[in-house]
Amino acid sequence: MASTVLTTAPARAPRWLAFLLIALAAALIVATPFLPNYYIRVANSLLIYILLGIGLNIVVGYAGLLDLGFVAFYAVGAYTYALLASNQLGIHLPLLAILPIAAVIGAATGILLGLPVLRLRGDYLAIVTLGFGEIIRIVINNMDWLTNGPKGIPALDRADMLGISVARPSEIFWLLLVTCILAGLAVWRLQKSILGKAWAAIREDQDAAAGVGVNTTNAKLAAFAISATIGSIAGVIFAASQRFVSPESFSLQESILIVLLIVIGGIGNILGIIAGAAILILLPEVLREFAEWRILFLGLLMVVLIIIRPGGIVPRSLGPDVLFKSLFRR
Amino acid sequence: MWGTIVQQTFNALTIGAIYALIALGYTMVYGVLRMINFAHGEMFMLGAYAAFVLLALMVPDIGAAGALALTAAFFGAILLVGFAGVGIERLAYKPLRHSTRLAPMLSSLGVSLFLVTGVQIAAGPQPRMFPHLFPNQRYEVLGGSITSVQIGILIAAFILMLGLHFFVNRSRLGIIVRAVSESRPTAQLLGINVNGAISLIFFLGPLLGASGGILYSSYYGIMTPTMGAVVGLKAFTAAILGGIGSIPGAMLGAFILAFVEVVGTALLPILTNGAIGTEYRDVFAFAILILVLLFRPAGLLGEAVSEESMVYKREF
Repeated sequence: MASTVLTTAPARAPRWLAFLLIALAAALIVATPFLPNYYIRVANSLLIYILLGIGLNIVVGYAGLLDLGFVAFYAVGAYTYALLASNQLGIHLPLLAILPIAAVIGAATGILLGLPVLRLRGDYLAIVTLGFGEIIRIVINNMDWLTNGPKGIPALDRADMLGISVARPSEIFWLLLVTCILAGLAVWRLQKSILGKAWAAIREDQDAAAGVGVNTTNAKLAAFAISATIGSIAGVIFAASQRFVSPESFSLQESILIVLLIVIGGIGNILGIIAGAAILILLPEVLREFAEWRILFLGLLMVVLIIIRPGGIVPRSLGPDVLFKSLFRR
Repeated sequence: MWGTIVQQTFNALTIGAIYALIALGYTMVYGVLRMINFAHGEMFMLGAYAAFVLLALMVPDIGAAGALALTAAFFGAILLVGFAGVGIERLAYKPLRHSTRLAPMLSSLGVSLFLVTGVQIAAGPQPRMFPHLFPNQRYEVLGGSITSVQIGILIAAFILMLGLHFFVNRSRLGIIVRAVSESRPTAQLLGINVNGAISLIFFLGPLLGASGGILYSSYYGIMTPTMGAVVGLKAFTAAILGGIGSIPGAMLGAFILAFVEVVGTALLPILTNGAIGTEYRDVFAFAILILVLLFRPAGLLGEAVSEESMVYKREF
């Protein structure tokens, strides 16, 4: 049902809907930096989860492999920044130097996880990735000499890029926004590329894909590596904005939350990720005054949304490109 | 030395028996619906809270509750949680039975979140004292000391597991459950009430999980709303290790996991001269799980899966 992207005609959105959504997004982006810091922090956390969603979506939405340990890559990125820009090891590299390092380490971790699980599919893959995520968290929690254990690493450096400070919430907001847009564009181009078509073929039927000459090993490893790179970069920005990391931020619940926001929003679609993140991240903030009741409500809402729309809120075919095309259609 | 070995063996058996009770619920649900029920750990937690509430309703001072009240609370609580399990299945999973394979799993995540927060709101997030189900006495066996609580837990768990074994293998209802688990469409064609069998599974699984929760809380003397997450993950690991879908596998996996944990806690610091502390025992538990899955994806006692049978086309 959700995987009809290859067979159906491109979806069309009504022009008013396209106009409304694009105008709303633009207005929110322009207005956010002028809001009080609290709102900017909420927007930043929303953008971090969108970035994580874009990363995980490659493995789950495009290649159809359920990964429950995605938070491991997020942790790898965050701790890369924490170790290379604090007094923990006495190293103080600039953000622009750490980003490529974290990207490489993230990709390497992704391949490291991808290699042994290539044979596994379905639930077994989900469970092994879950175990992998837990192992990374426990190791970080206990390698006191390197990571300072459960206490975490405090007082990370204020980030700056070529002399421009990137430490205040509004500055982080612009960095995150640009990263999200770049990641979104890159992933969108990838999805349209031959590699993206290989992923779709693996998702639909792995044996048939191998039969028509898709190198499933390489395509899967590429999916793991690219997704891990995006997760790792999200981790770097997260660490730079919090200026503190601890293993608590990288629990299994985080992994599950990212899977949830993809599925609730609409799997395989960037607009869906934005919608899912808006529900799962913004709603608890909006309902803050109701304290624990909002989490109760969130649990209930998850069940109801999945029952009403198991394929997600946004249909797979309704991507951002469709919105823009609808806007300029005659 | 002998004393330590005897004592650690008994510790492992006690924990293993509790893990086994919970792992059975995961494995039975998976066997029939091919669904990982993430809310199962919460059944374990609900069991302890239900028993606590029932006790509080029956006796004024929970610490001094008599044997009769404790027994009544135990059976009352596991029955209540069993019925809760059936209700949850009807509301949250049944509408998704013909949906994607991912949907019921995510729905169970929502249920889990709902139950944990619900208990947190109703009973407060802080840990609570839980009474001992059995009189606390120490016995010296071969140089190790064993408490009567451990013996009681072992006996209770084995009675429950034997009961399940006979129910599944000998009774008429058990045959129905096995038939549905073997092939749902065939069972349906033979006129078996598939919905009834699934409800039965969702009654028995939470019932066993709840009993595990009560025994666990009385072993450690404490209960918290979030205790289902950690123990649930362990029991789930045990179910996979033994071969998910296989009932004897879940029991075997639970005892292996418990032994790995206990041996890890007792031996790791000695073997590595303190370089690797007891904190790493969970890493070993997960590493063993991953190794088993890589070489034998079906788990220790599961039916061997060929690579073709792992394929679910269009999972999402």
